[in-house]
Amino acid sequence: MQLWLIPILPLAGFLINGLFGRRFSKGLVNAFAIGSVVLAFLWVLKTLFGLGGLTAAYTEHYFTWIQSGALSVGCDFSVDRLTAVMLLVVTGIGSLIHIYAIGYMAHEGGYYRFFAYLNLFMFFMLTLVLAANYLVLFVGWEGVGLCSYLLIGFYFDKKIATDAGNKAFIVNRIGDFGFSLAMFLIFRQFGSFDFAHVFAQAPAAPVGLLTLIGILLMFGACGKSAQIPLYVWLPDAMAGPTPVSALIHAATMVTAGVYMTARSWVIYTHAPIAMDVIAYIGIATAFVAATIGLAQNDIKKVFAYSTVSQLGYMFVGVGCGAFSAGIYHLMTHAFFKALLFLGAGAVIHSLSGEQDMRQMGGLRAKIPWTFGVMLCASLAIAGFPFTSGFFSKDAILLAADHRAPWLYWVGVFTAGMTAFYVFRAFFMTFFGKYRGKEHPHESPPVMLIPLVILAGLSLVGGYLFKIPDFLRPVFPAVEAPEAFGPMAVASAAGLLGIALAYLMYVYRPGIPDSIASGAKGLYTLVYNKYFVDEIYDAAVVKPLVGGSRVVLWKGFDAGLIDGTVNGIGARAKGIGGVLRLAQSGNTRSYATWIAFGGVLVIFGMAAMIVLGGLR
Amino acid sequence: MELILFLVFAGIAVVAAINVVVQRHPISSAVSLIAVMGSLAVLYLLLGAEFIAAAQVIVYAGAIMVLFVFVIMLLNAGGETKAGRSFVASLLGVPVLVALLALLAFFTARIYPRDTEVHFGGFRGGTAQSVGRALFTTYLLPFEITSILILIAIVGAIVLARKELE
Amino acid sequence: MMGHVPLSWFLMLSAVLFSLGVAGFIFRRNIITMFMSIELILNAVNLTFITFAYQRQQVAGHLLAFFVMVVAAAEAAVGLAIILTVFKNRETLNIDDLDSMKN
Repeated sequence: MQLWLIPILPLAGFLINGLFGRRFSKGLVNAFAIGSVVLAFLWVLKTLFGLGGLTAAYTEHYFTWIQSGALSVGCDFSVDRLTAVMLLVVTGIGSLIHIYAIGYMAHEGGYYRFFAYLNLFMFFMLTLVLAANYLVLFVGWEGVGLCSYLLIGFYFDKKIATDAGNKAFIVNRIGDFGFSLAMFLIFRQFGSFDFAHVFAQAPAAPVGLLTLIGILLMFGACGKSAQIPLYVWLPDAMAGPTPVSALIHAATMVTAGVYMTARSWVIYTHAPIAMDVIAYIGIATAFVAATIGLAQNDIKKVFAYSTVSQLGYMFVGVGCGAFSAGIYHLMTHAFFKALLFLGAGAVIHSLSGEQDMRQMGGLRAKIPWTFGVMLCASLAIAGFPFTSGFFSKDAILLAADHRAPWLYWVGVFTAGMTAFYVFRAFFMTFFGKYRGKEHPHESPPVMLIPLVILAGLSLVGGYLFKIPDFLRPVFPAVEAPEAFGPMAVASAAGLLGIALAYLMYVYRPGIPDSIASGAKGLYTLVYNKYFVDEIYDAAVVKPLVGGSRVVLWKGFDAGLIDGTVNGIGARAKGIGGVLRLAQSGNTRSYATWIAFGGVLVIFGMAAMIVLGGLR
Repeated sequence: MELILFLVFAGIAVVAAINVVVQRHPISSAVSLIAVMGSLAVLYLLLGAEFIAAAQVIVYAGAIMVLFVFVIMLLNAGGETKAGRSFVASLLGVPVLVALLALLAFFTARIYPRDTEVHFGGFRGGTAQSVGRALFTTYLLPFEITSILILIAIVGAIVLARKELE
Repeated sequence: MMGHVPLSWFLMLSAVLFSLGVAGFIFRRNIITMFMSIELILNAVNLTFITFAYQRQQVAGHLLAFFVMVVAAAEAAVGLAIILTVFKNRETLNIDDLDSMKN
């Protein structure tokens, strides 16, 4: 079915734009960048229709990539229903965001560079999704990390952006370390990286080892999907352009961890402890990130923490064994979070770069289309009944309830907080009186059309695409039966959150300040994100930098290595200083020395003949 | 007969060689050197090296020395002017030379006592025929390589000299 | 046996010529004369080759002498070209003036 064509198309776009884009007009750059992604989307559709039911995985082998002893890694692509969902999400949302970016990036420098990176990201993401073994997946995994780094630091003249890029890259390295160790263990135990091979043999493997593999894999996923303790890079990653935040740091790349975990479900179902760890980490992340989101004033930061929180939900779903619920939420989240970011981008765009919500307000009448789509997205993420978020979040919460009721209650509370802070942002932006100075203007149609499509998907996508049913052939059926009670409670929590936000930010705007001054300590703690960055800085970064400076640099590098090298150099120079007296540059002196040496040699031979009787 | 020939031409060679070294003007040295080569060619004949003797006269005395003389004429080189400034050469030169000659003489006397006598026609393997046969069979590869060497030398000489003319 | 020459005399002659060549190379200051001294040294070596060829009754010594001649020819061509260049650039043939490789 020519699966290779799917990632190759964006790669071609990247190569063309990356190599020649500087000389292209914007229209030509658009044609290659967006054309390649849309073609990839169409090819995905054609492939999936061509493959029909797709109840079993369909694999294509292209060539043997690494052949070394017992290790044999092929460049293989595979499609099953899980991959199909991911492919559609990545290429579909990706296409919409590419189109949106035409409008958003219209006035930015480095236009072709932006689209080249974006296409490269699509290539790696599709490789990741299509991979039929862990190593090819890892290639995509690292590649999207690279593109994330490049795009976060897109405004490379801003120090905050480059620092954020570095932070994302380094934090991801920590997670990748765990992933690498997991792959080593997988190869040691199973002798192969192929999903089919590994998952076929996994049930027979010792549980302890599977648990270790599962936790290490999860560590990698924590880095990529911004879970505690490695979530700190994602909020800073908002320094990149907003379409990047939407595509990479909300809709696709950060869900790679969830995808990888779901893909490895066989390992996890045989390692219950690892699953518990995932669920606990997920719920902790969801809760902590949601509380931080309550007090942020930067509109993109709010949605960034919301992304972290929602990713936590997905981990809860996966950790509770409801893999399909996790993927379900992944998809709906891609819809509404991409829309939230793109909508926020439209707001920022219309205010010429203003991101602080305290400088917004009352935009409802000025940019009505943006207002409308943002309302759809906010309702979806708040879990308003029958929006897409409602279905997926309830699927996860039901699974959590089935697993352990306290997980469910924390999840419900977090859902209430989510609804509150999203609508807080919504009301601060669109209601009240306009507090800024810029003159707001509605976004061009090229930005609005993708927004409207995503708004539709956010509202009805959960109902249209019943992912748990679709994924039934892939995952074991462990979902809890539908229960009306928990669903109603969760929805009520969401509605309560919305109502509270309305009360505090529209009806009685004085309340937040009195709360903030009333519970000053708590507010400061939350406003400063629990000082996690500062704690990491003090506990990890400072000792590392200080240790590197004192021990490695001053002591080891400068003292020992440089000292040795310089010492040898100084000695050589000293000896050379003596020997250079012999280098007079006078040819006859050299000739005399040569003759002298020859005499010595002959004399030695004569001495040997006389003394030892040579010959 | 051989003894007389040897003494005459060895004497010429030694005297001419001394002349090469002590003459102040290069052209005198060059002429003396031709005399050395000529007398050596006779000694080669005495040792049965017909081909090499002929080559000695043609290549050395003919071609190479003509080249030398040509360059000397071209540069219009005069005699040496300044006294030597090489401290090492003036200090070590004579002792080294004496030691060198003494050692070489010691070796010759020690290893080759007067057991072999040279008489004319004692070795007949040095004809053009036998040398040519060896050259084109056993030593074909070195022979071909020398042709490349000479080619490179020609090119190098042209490149170096052409830079002169510009 | 009167009239015949001992082989070692040829070698002795070669040693004398060789030493004279070295002496010329060390003590003379004119590049061209030094170069001729090198030719003298090569001739001395050739004489030993021919002598040994006589002693061992083998033609190989002649071939070595032949190759030495070839190399000497090539060397003379390139060497004299270098001398030409040096003279044009430095206006001198005195080897003691050509010490730019100093230090």
